[in-house]
Amino acid sequence: MKKLVSLMLVLSMVAALLAGCGNKTAANNGAEAGTEGAANAEGTEDAAGGSAATGEGFRIGGIGPLTGGAAVYGIAVKNGAQLAVDEINAAGGINGTPIVFTFEDDEHDPEKAVNAYNTLKDWNMQLLMGTVTSGPCLAVAEETMNDNMFMLTPSGTAVECVQYDNAFRVCFSDPNQGGKSAEYIGTNKIASKVAVIYDSSDVYSSGIYAEFAKTAPEYGIEIVAAEAFTADNKTDFTIQLQKAKDGGAELVFLPIYYQEAALILSQANSMGFAPMFFGCDGLDGILSVEDFDPALAEGVMLLTPLVADENDKTRAFVAAYEEAYGETPIQFAANAYDAMYIIKAALEQSGVSAQMSASEICDLLKTAMTEVTVSGITGEMTWTADGEVNKEPKAVKIVDGAYTAM
Amino acid sequence: MKRERIAKSTRSTWITLGIVVVAYVIMQILGQAGMLTSLVKGLLVPLCTYAIMAISLNLTVGILGELSLGHAGFMCVGAFSSAFFSLCMKETMAAGPRFFTALLIGIGAAALSGLLIGIPVLRLRGDYLAIVTLAFGEIIKNLVNVLYVGRDQEGFHFSMKDSIALGLGEDGKVLINGAQGITGTPKDSNFTVAVVLLLITLIVVLNLIHSRSGRAIMAIRDNRIAAESVGINITRYKLLAFSISAGLAGMAGVLYAHNLSTLAAQPKNFGYNMSIMILVYVVLGGIGNIRGSMIAAVILTLLPELLRELQDYRMLIYSIVLIVMMLFNWSPKAKEWREKYSLRRLVSKIAAKEEA
Amino acid sequence: MSSFFTFLINGISLGSIYAIIALGYTMVYGIAKMLNFAHGDVIMVGSYMVFLSMGSLGLPPYLAVLLAIAVCTVLGITIEKIAYKPLRKASPLAVLITAIGVSYFLQNAALLLFGANTKMFTSVISLPAITLADGSINITGETQVTIVVCVIIMIALSLFIKKTKAGQAMLAVSEDKGAAELMGVNVNGTISLTFAIGSALAAVAGVLLCSAYPTLNPYTGSMPGIKAFTAAVFGGIGSIPGAFVGGILLGVIENLSKAYISSQLSDAIVFSVLIIVLLVKPTGILGKKLNEKV
Repeated sequence: MKKLVSLMLVLSMVAALLAGCGNKTAANNGAEAGTEGAANAEGTEDAAGGSAATGEGFRIGGIGPLTGGAAVYGIAVKNGAQLAVDEINAAGGINGTPIVFTFEDDEHDPEKAVNAYNTLKDWNMQLLMGTVTSGPCLAVAEETMNDNMFMLTPSGTAVECVQYDNAFRVCFSDPNQGGKSAEYIGTNKIASKVAVIYDSSDVYSSGIYAEFAKTAPEYGIEIVAAEAFTADNKTDFTIQLQKAKDGGAELVFLPIYYQEAALILSQANSMGFAPMFFGCDGLDGILSVEDFDPALAEGVMLLTPLVADENDKTRAFVAAYEEAYGETPIQFAANAYDAMYIIKAALEQSGVSAQMSASEICDLLKTAMTEVTVSGITGEMTWTADGEVNKEPKAVKIVDGAYTAM
Repeated sequence: MKRERIAKSTRSTWITLGIVVVAYVIMQILGQAGMLTSLVKGLLVPLCTYAIMAISLNLTVGILGELSLGHAGFMCVGAFSSAFFSLCMKETMAAGPRFFTALLIGIGAAALSGLLIGIPVLRLRGDYLAIVTLAFGEIIKNLVNVLYVGRDQEGFHFSMKDSIALGLGEDGKVLINGAQGITGTPKDSNFTVAVVLLLITLIVVLNLIHSRSGRAIMAIRDNRIAAESVGINITRYKLLAFSISAGLAGMAGVLYAHNLSTLAAQPKNFGYNMSIMILVYVVLGGIGNIRGSMIAAVILTLLPELLRELQDYRMLIYSIVLIVMMLFNWSPKAKEWREKYSLRRLVSKIAAKEEA
Repeated sequence: MSSFFTFLINGISLGSIYAIIALGYTMVYGIAKMLNFAHGDVIMVGSYMVFLSMGSLGLPPYLAVLLAIAVCTVLGITIEKIAYKPLRKASPLAVLITAIGVSYFLQNAALLLFGANTKMFTSVISLPAITLADGSINITGETQVTIVVCVIIMIALSLFIKKTKAGQAMLAVSEDKGAAELMGVNVNGTISLTFAIGSALAAVAGVLLCSAYPTLNPYTGSMPGIKAFTAAVFGGIGSIPGAFVGGILLGVIENLSKAYISSQLSDAIVFSVLIIVLLVKPTGILGKKLNEKV
């Protein structure tokens, strides 16, 4: 009984804390002004069917990991999207209507992602820009399908992320990347003996690997070693590298994220193993790892949507991002930045107004998405009704510490 | 005297069940009246899931007196076995009987793995048992992550390497896809089902505690040697409690799997982090206090969601609250302070004054 | 054959780091009978200290390491004072949960202070690599230093416990807290000292870990922490030579199973070996046999 009383006490303490801090955050964040009012008003009406029209602008929500091991991707998406929102609003919004954007944490967990989605629904979200990682994206896609809520994932790469007609994506799918990599390596005769090091506990990495292994023989590529690591076992890669070396690999394919890749490159260097390295969009960002020696990544090839130095647009994006957040953007930020402009283009194309409900907007956007062509910083993009994007991945090579188009 | 004690325990059981039923009715009424936010609606099933997990772990930790750090492993077994079944039977069975069968499969698989791991392992004591259960949970997670199962017209194909090694035919479909796990589980669980399962859990555990077997189990906890010397079969009762606990965790797993369309074994949901999180509910709610662990599970699941407004500081504040709660609940000094200012004492003080 | 030696040496090097971390776990467990789950995150703090003091302050490596050791020692003592000491008379489980709270706190504080982005750690070791057998075996400077440091720490710690008064006090407290107090041992001071030593070792482990595997983020410490905890139990928790043996064995088993059985299943294999060892020797490889009091 005493325990119970104490639990209650602590809970009330937390509630008091919440009330205190809640006001502060809302005041600090200009883009979020009005959140509280909406939250108070929502109790009176079921948010699932149709969100109340608030008249203040399009309410776009975002979901991604802001804490936990995958936080770096979620934070990049949040920042990239915010940058685009600020630009769009400064330029007069969407047909004169501004965007109101808020982002919720999912800790890279499907269940928390659904909680985040429900929180956003309570906030009267009209469109969803998310989610960032594949696993949570699959869970949220099921919910958005039931609610007929439009969703555009900047970086959910698993095939099933966009299996419903209300979901679209900005990035390439896993099989697409795996196939494209094999095709690129094969047709350009870069190497014939290839080793793969991938994360078998990660959806993204094992998805690319599966397709790569399937496609490789078609292009005359022999996989001499396919070595895995797991989320619990990713400090020492010397075994995997040694086996690649023993197998006589000319090229090591790394369908993984840049944090592990940085470690692999440095360990390969210290063991004196110098094959070619080839990666996918996950490798992008490797040069912006703080204190990373770019000499380690010299000659690394990757397929990426973003080439920072490609044109004025990308240079402007990188400069603006660096100024706003003090770090170099990774491709997640670029995809999210584009996602906002895609949403803008689709909204303008369909001619919806901010007074419409989420479901009405979704129905209009489903068609509009297949009609628009967006020329973003990750390339020229069009969409098919199945939600997949058509754009060309750019093959780049790291030369003298900079990405250079191949 | 004896009858009085039994009456008291029965009353406590009814109160606990009553709390759940009342909470259910209130939530239903609020839901019908459209007073619930989407967040709360979405949280109802997870709340029940974690309450069941907390109760089932409390059976191991509080009643049996053994520390288990691999409870999420049993949840994982229950979740994957039942989700696999449901996915296979998605087109061929109606939702009701399908979920019921999946439930039995999940509970059975988890209880069986509890039995299998329990036979050799329950000989170990204290922290050694803890580390072995932790190891078990990690093994399960690792195995599930490399498990590939597919089906074509020739039947099922298994592989521990990758989906290509399955060698599926043209019409083949990958059912369990390694790290991506199971996608497309039918959403068969809802709040009513979850509450019924929670009530079943409570009835099973509370009845066990107040039964002859339960007293034997607690006797083992309090003094193993004394219990053995009066003829209690230690292994049997330990295994009984442990496999019931595992089976209930499997039930929570079934609920979890059928609430989300996607199921993957990640460190976050089925790793030691989750096992420890469940342990937090148990310890905070009171070791051996079934009602307490249920309430703690609810509060701690709600807390991070309520803290969303803090944005970046959310998890930091959460960890501080956790530490403060622990200190407040457990430290001898805080206990003294609480006794001094407890409501009951205040009430009796006032009553005494009025009498005088 | 040459690749076998490479695997073995890398395993020993990784195992040495596990061993140093495991020493921290095992000492605290011996004295306070608690599993200090925040230990892994102290490692992370130590690594960030070295990273920042070398990067931003431009200190030379040895000063940076000393600074990190000092910061971690203070941190360890502070954590003990604030979060664990009030619960000394409570259930060991309560302290375990508080330790988890501290672990979450350190991770999230680091996330806010240092950002989520991975940092590349500059190795503090500038020893040349040794090449054997015509270059087919390559032992990096980090590997050499790690193994040597691990052995030195092991010996120094054993001597400290055997030869000094403070060490004897630690032994006494771990045997019987009440009796030690009656004999005039300063129990509180001894426990603080244990935390101080454990945390200083965590700083050393952090530096070695990040020198050998040079990436750093707020979650760097948690996984090696759990592995080292496993190693401590493997060797017999509470035993200092046990932590050493357990750590090395764990590193070697992990690497060899990755090399010769399956890189996907190495976690499962390591933990299966642990279960088998504990079933055969229920208190770990070098653990003391527990006598039951009736």
